[in-house]
Amino acid sequence: MEPILEISGLTKTYAGGFTALLGVDLTINKGEIFALLGPNGAGKTTLIGAVCGQVRPTGGTMRAFGQDMSHGWRSLRARIGLVPQELATDMFETVLHSVNYSRGLFGLAPDPARIEEILRALSLWDKRKAQIRALSGGMKRRVLIAKALAHEPDLLFLDEPTAGVDVELRRDMWAQIAKLRDRGTTIILTTHYIEEAEEMADRVGIIQGGRIRMVEDTRSLMKRLGRTEAHISLATPLATVPEALADYHLTLGNGGQELLYRGGDGSGGGKAKVAQLTKDLVALGIDYTAIDIRESSLEDIFVDLLEGEAA
Amino acid sequence: MIVFNARSTWTIYKREVMRAMRTAMQSILAPVLTTTLYFVVFGAAIGSKMDSGMAGVNYGAFIVPGLLLLTLLSESTSNGSFGIYMPRFTGAIYELLSAPVGVAETLIGFVGAAATKSLILAAIILVTATFFVDYTIAHPFYALGFILLVSASFSLLGFILGIWADSFEKLGIVPVLFIIPLTFLGGTFYSIDLLPEPWRSVAMANPVVYLVNGLRWCFYGSSDFPIGLSLGMTLGFLALCVAIIAWIFRTGWRLRA
Repeated sequence: MEPILEISGLTKTYAGGFTALLGVDLTINKGEIFALLGPNGAGKTTLIGAVCGQVRPTGGTMRAFGQDMSHGWRSLRARIGLVPQELATDMFETVLHSVNYSRGLFGLAPDPARIEEILRALSLWDKRKAQIRALSGGMKRRVLIAKALAHEPDLLFLDEPTAGVDVELRRDMWAQIAKLRDRGTTIILTTHYIEEAEEMADRVGIIQGGRIRMVEDTRSLMKRLGRTEAHISLATPLATVPEALADYHLTLGNGGQELLYRGGDGSGGGKAKVAQLTKDLVALGIDYTAIDIRESSLEDIFVDLLEGEAA
Repeated sequence: MIVFNARSTWTIYKREVMRAMRTAMQSILAPVLTTTLYFVVFGAAIGSKMDSGMAGVNYGAFIVPGLLLLTLLSESTSNGSFGIYMPRFTGAIYELLSAPVGVAETLIGFVGAAATKSLILAAIILVTATFFVDYTIAHPFYALGFILLVSASFSLLGFILGIWADSFEKLGIVPVLFIIPLTFLGGTFYSIDLLPEPWRSVAMANPVVYLVNGLRWCFYGSSDFPIGLSLGMTLGFLALCVAIIAWIFRTGWRLRA
């Protein structure tokens, strides 16, 4: 894996004394989609701001494309794009002017064909002559994405790209982001929609209290920390869990009317266990009326991890 | 290695000029109308009753450089401040900060556009003035250079204000409370020599006096002080503004968190 961004010991203490980043170490690989997860105030936006030039770090080093970002920052910044969290742009400009401006600001010559391609890909071509203020919230967010793509960045930061966007549009944007990755763009996104990270990210990083708590491949994280949970509603309440079912580590709930199984891993091994459990229940003459079975999501894992840290 | 990004500079400049064109009623027509009213009232109406003129010049013509400066100073300051304040206010400054542009590109783009608007205004005002008063320009090239210098200097001042201000109220304070009063008291409508002591000495502390004096020399070839003094004061002010802006970019004051 070739690193495209290497952050080492990055710290940021604001003038008021608040420390937003406490020695962040993070490496992003070329061509991947990396999801940075964390609760509000964890340091996600500060970290992005430090790489993109809005925040002045108080310590640490950053290397992009193999070069120290404190030297030759112009050529490095020219290869980085940012879609901010807020809908921040001149709302009185037309879509086309605004996107052309972004391309020129990054020092590139006008390229109407490329801009048309970007606007068409984001379903903005028909709105190119409209003032941005006249667009819906979702469309405005697409304009920000178009502006960030106008200079064809190799590394793209998406800070809450689908915040406030309806489900249909969100899925549409996921498809756009996947296409960008297919073209070779490395993407770092922050999101509150954990399913977004689960759906798209190759790796996830969890940041809390200004520190990176964990970085792991999404699939292996799901496999390592994922669980199967089954709620079995019993026809007749039980006083205790039968000795013959001890290996399943079941718990009784709801006044003995529900058996709860938690186990397995994110790869689906727990489902096989539940299937075997139902056979054992029948063999023991324990009747049940319903089974509610679900696999834990990245969100459950995220919440468990944060609760674990808090405890 | 890129040391100066000309295309980025041109992009910023073009957008700022286009923004002014988008609000032409406010940024061009309004100041021209206001200045025209001054010419009508002080130049054509009152000036026509002042047979002796001022400092050897017809009074209507005498006030042309001062009125031109009044507009240039306030408009350059406003344009320079508004251009950088708006992206700060809306949050769109993120794009500028994340782009491969430094202090030189930013300054030339924003301040150049603000100064350009001021030059367009100056040209319109000078043409408009010909309808109301008879005036001549003794040193047209010096006048052009001086107008350019003053426009750039006060656009730089405006740029500093736009970074300093954290509200629209603060943005408007400096032009209204400082620039306009100092210009009125800086000899726009009279020669400083007419003031009795100690007011003449007090007036000498007003930096705008030297600007009005310099431009008046460009128009009529005579002034209260040597032209070199006016030029030196203006260049000094320009250098001070550039130094402050360089410091702002170096420290990130009010720009980067």
